[in-house]
Amino acid sequence: MSARDPLLAVRDLAVSFNTEEGAVRAVDGVSLELGAGEVLAVVGESGSGKSVTAMTLMGLTRGPNAAISGTAGFEDTELVAASDAELRAIRGNRMAMIFQDPMSSLDPVYRVADQIVEQIQAHRDVGAAEARERAIELLDAVGIPDAEKRADSYPHEFSGGMRQRAMIAMALSLEPSLLIADEPTTALDVTVQAQIIELLRDLNRRRDLSILLITHDIGVVAEIADRVAVMYAGRIVEYGTLDEIFYDPQHPYTWGLLASLTRIDRPRPQRLPQIPGMPPSLLAPPQGCHFRPRCAHAFDRCLEVPALEPRRADAPAHLDRCWLEPARRRELREADARDALEQPR
Amino acid sequence: MSSDLARFAIRRLLSMLAVLFAVSVVVFLIFNVVPNGDPAVRMAGKIPTETQIEAIREEWGFDEPLYVQYATMMKNLFTGETVSYFTQQDVVEEIWKGLPRTLSLAVGAALIWMAFAIALGLYSALRAGRFSDRVVTVLALIGISMPVFWLGALMSYYLGYKAGIFPASGYVEFSDDPFQWFWHLVMPWTALSILFIGFYSRVLRSDILETMGEDYVRTARAKGLSERRVLLKHVLRNSLIPIITLWGLDFGAVIGGAAILTETVFNLQGVGQYAADAIGQLDLPPIMAVTMFGAFFIVIFNTLVDIAYAALDPRIRLEGETSR
Repeated sequence: MSARDPLLAVRDLAVSFNTEEGAVRAVDGVSLELGAGEVLAVVGESGSGKSVTAMTLMGLTRGPNAAISGTAGFEDTELVAASDAELRAIRGNRMAMIFQDPMSSLDPVYRVADQIVEQIQAHRDVGAAEARERAIELLDAVGIPDAEKRADSYPHEFSGGMRQRAMIAMALSLEPSLLIADEPTTALDVTVQAQIIELLRDLNRRRDLSILLITHDIGVVAEIADRVAVMYAGRIVEYGTLDEIFYDPQHPYTWGLLASLTRIDRPRPQRLPQIPGMPPSLLAPPQGCHFRPRCAHAFDRCLEVPALEPRRADAPAHLDRCWLEPARRRELREADARDALEQPR
Repeated sequence: MSSDLARFAIRRLLSMLAVLFAVSVVVFLIFNVVPNGDPAVRMAGKIPTETQIEAIREEWGFDEPLYVQYATMMKNLFTGETVSYFTQQDVVEEIWKGLPRTLSLAVGAALIWMAFAIALGLYSALRAGRFSDRVVTVLALIGISMPVFWLGALMSYYLGYKAGIFPASGYVEFSDDPFQWFWHLVMPWTALSILFIGFYSRVLRSDILETMGEDYVRTARAKGLSERRVLLKHVLRNSLIPIITLWGLDFGAVIGGAAILTETVFNLQGVGQYAADAIGQLDLPPIMAVTMFGAFFIVIFNTLVDIAYAALDPRIRLEGETSR
């Protein structure tokens, strides 16, 4: 799917939180674009800033201890500068979000349908009966069996997968153009994960819903994403189409991430490779490239921060932040892969 | 659902009977081992002769075995024929006389302390960590630390006796003069409420702060609800569950005797004060009756709290209730 007019255009988004130990720069200059009808996956490990990026777009990280800069254009609004009231009119309405833990994301004391009705009535002047009708329709559309009856259930009477479906129904209640899904499958059983991903893919295809998918699960990315942004320690280190990222990764962190997957189409390694070391503390990040301390190929120049930009003439939309000579990367990557295969048990 | 509720009620009724039985036996036995507790000696006057004492023993049945005395006492209690050893007044009648006074005090104070606790708890949770929150915290701790008898006595002396703003003590029937009823109760209500306001506002503050970090509150914001609605419908609604539980229990306890100090300080002549007087005279029948009365209210309110809890939080089921 080709990128049309970007629905969401984030430029140099930075978020830092004041804590007792100092300022934590959770997001450090993130830029990304999401076209209408596209699925963009933001991948990274815990603490890479992917969730903070998503929540900042929704205005959910605002607070006295947060400093937010950069811009995020969504439709005709600039989200970073928007007032709380402007943002409130957009979220849940034009832009909706679902969260990691569906178990705790619904209010336990209200019936599921009532929680959807509440959202509809927050943005539209419709009567209770009409809103309820719509809620039941939505629950039915996301695959809740016997929706008419289950609408009056409380969240604790739903299974995890049903709760996530209910969250999705709620998010879709006002037909938003953008759905932000923050680790939507992480807390679910594997079979349920597949169903939820299938549902999201179906919504993307049939309703042309744009999805910003935040996940650490590369398998989920492969299922659904059009494009992928790989985040590490607050920055995007590589950005490209699904095929570019999976078949021709340019950044050593991305290689490491992909090598740590078991793949049915590759020789089986003695033991699953891992990237040595730990992600850096964002209180005192390393100078230059944040991945430098863990990178086997780091050299002098890595003390400067590489820009996120295209580095090869034949792939103008494939961006990365790495000083390594593009021509040498494939060779280094394949050497790394061989080493991983030969690693003793 | 309704048959579940009936099963629950029957279960609770049975356990209430057990509690009342246990409480009555314990009180009865304690009374019989307290030094100088022999009612015949105390009833016989200042310098009694042995024959007078014996006569009283026989007349009142104090020479019977303990279990017979207990059985007679309980039978009289439930038929309403118990009289005080010393004033010879009908005990149940006295309790009925004191009940409106105790209820006036308890209901008014409970409403006041809940209203103030919600306002202060919400206020200090919203300003957590700031100067105004600290001021409220200090005030709450002062409130919790002040004993009712001390605070009540100070109020009665300064605001009542010295300044003459409120009547220093006493009670006026609501039916006689509603304004005087209210005016006489202002100080007792305040004195009794202060401790609860301090305690409840602290509990509510921490419940609210905890609830604000819940995922469903984030969902509520993500839905685009107004901050006011997020706060009232989602944060406060969930934070109130534990405090309403506490409220029911404390209300039962206040009726059942916890207002004893307030009633005495302000001479309200309620059930608590009646109990205090009876204890001072080691007068068993009123003590038995008031204790049973107190235990009855405490058990009743425990049950009501359980029902309210299940109504407020759909995840809670009453014991014995089958799943839906």
